[in-house]
Amino acid sequence: MLAGSAGTAAFAGGPVDEDLVIDGEVEIITRAPAPEGHPLDEVLSGWLFREPETRALEADTFANPAMLGVDAGADIWNTVEGTEGKSCATCHGDAAESMKGVGAHFPKWDADSGKPINIELQINKCRTEQMGAEAYPFDKGGQKELTTYIKHQSLGEPVSIDLAEGDMQSWWDKGKELYYTRFGQLNLSCSNCHEDYNGSYIRADHLSQGQANGFPTYRLKNAGLVSIHNRFRGCIRDTRAEFPAAFSDDLMALEVYVTWRGTGLSVETPAVRQ
Amino acid sequence: MAAVKPRVKVPKSASAGEVITIKTLISHPMESGQRKDNDGNAIPRQIINKFTCEFNGQTVFTCDIDPAVSANPYLEFTAKVNEAGTFKFTWVDDDGSVYTDEKEIALK
Repeated sequence: MLAGSAGTAAFAGGPVDEDLVIDGEVEIITRAPAPEGHPLDEVLSGWLFREPETRALEADTFANPAMLGVDAGADIWNTVEGTEGKSCATCHGDAAESMKGVGAHFPKWDADSGKPINIELQINKCRTEQMGAEAYPFDKGGQKELTTYIKHQSLGEPVSIDLAEGDMQSWWDKGKELYYTRFGQLNLSCSNCHEDYNGSYIRADHLSQGQANGFPTYRLKNAGLVSIHNRFRGCIRDTRAEFPAAFSDDLMALEVYVTWRGTGLSVETPAVRQ
Repeated sequence: MAAVKPRVKVPKSASAGEVITIKTLISHPMESGQRKDNDGNAIPRQIINKFTCEFNGQTVFTCDIDPAVSANPYLEFTAKVNEAGTFKFTWVDDDGSVYTDEKEIALK
């Protein structure tokens, strides 16, 4: 079976037909039937669109450069911070147990704020409300490492979010509207690249379906961890548009929708990409 | 400096006489001493300057490291295993800190 989904331009290279098993132990679902109402037949992990050397880095936790970030996240998990004298571990114990499966089901509905909440914001909520510590500024202070560590505890678990909770459905609707909106001087929407032309090339970049299951991801381009809101902002910036603030309502709606678009794929955090 | 953490990959077992590949990694900024901070002052050098691997008390591999090696040095080398035993890995920092790790290997 070739590139999988009937609705995409598969002739310009397309995804590879290979399996990802990390350290020969953890099976990663890189192809899954799309959920009900999805425009594509099959959802594909970005891993399938990368060069063989890049794919090999993710298959070996020793070679995956982001595992050092996971180790750093583990240190943060155990570090006491804030006026209450607590660390994450004080309440949540061993992350391998308490956080197992958690990352696969975010963003969730947060009744307190009346908005969806992702792992980064949940960390900040715990820090400010439970630990008496300051919220992390976007992408700083250890936010990326700690988010990666938490999500990594769900490695292999299929992504699924609950759209029935609270008002998630209307945020999904907003996210879907944004996904198909053309932005910027280049007048590109998310769907133009990631739905219409995944498998083709934009200049030298091999387009994937733009899934969220591997975030925070190690990008070789940055030689470091990249968070999903950073990537949203980067993509919109690349259309030569003004890009929204991280964790703004627009980007939270987009995160809900884009996460849903990858339903069924395994959490790969930290993935390795170009 | 963030916690310095060594990681080592050694096969769990080998046949007598087999040549195995050992991979080592240590998280360390390897500050070369050439960089300057925002105020223009040189950031002082701090690197891992020596790495040693011993097996059952005998030196297998050792190297002196200079500032050209970048952060999180990855060292991979081979060793011939004739008996079961323990590999001991040692990294020495400029400031005198010594980081170690150990891995056992059995004979098939």
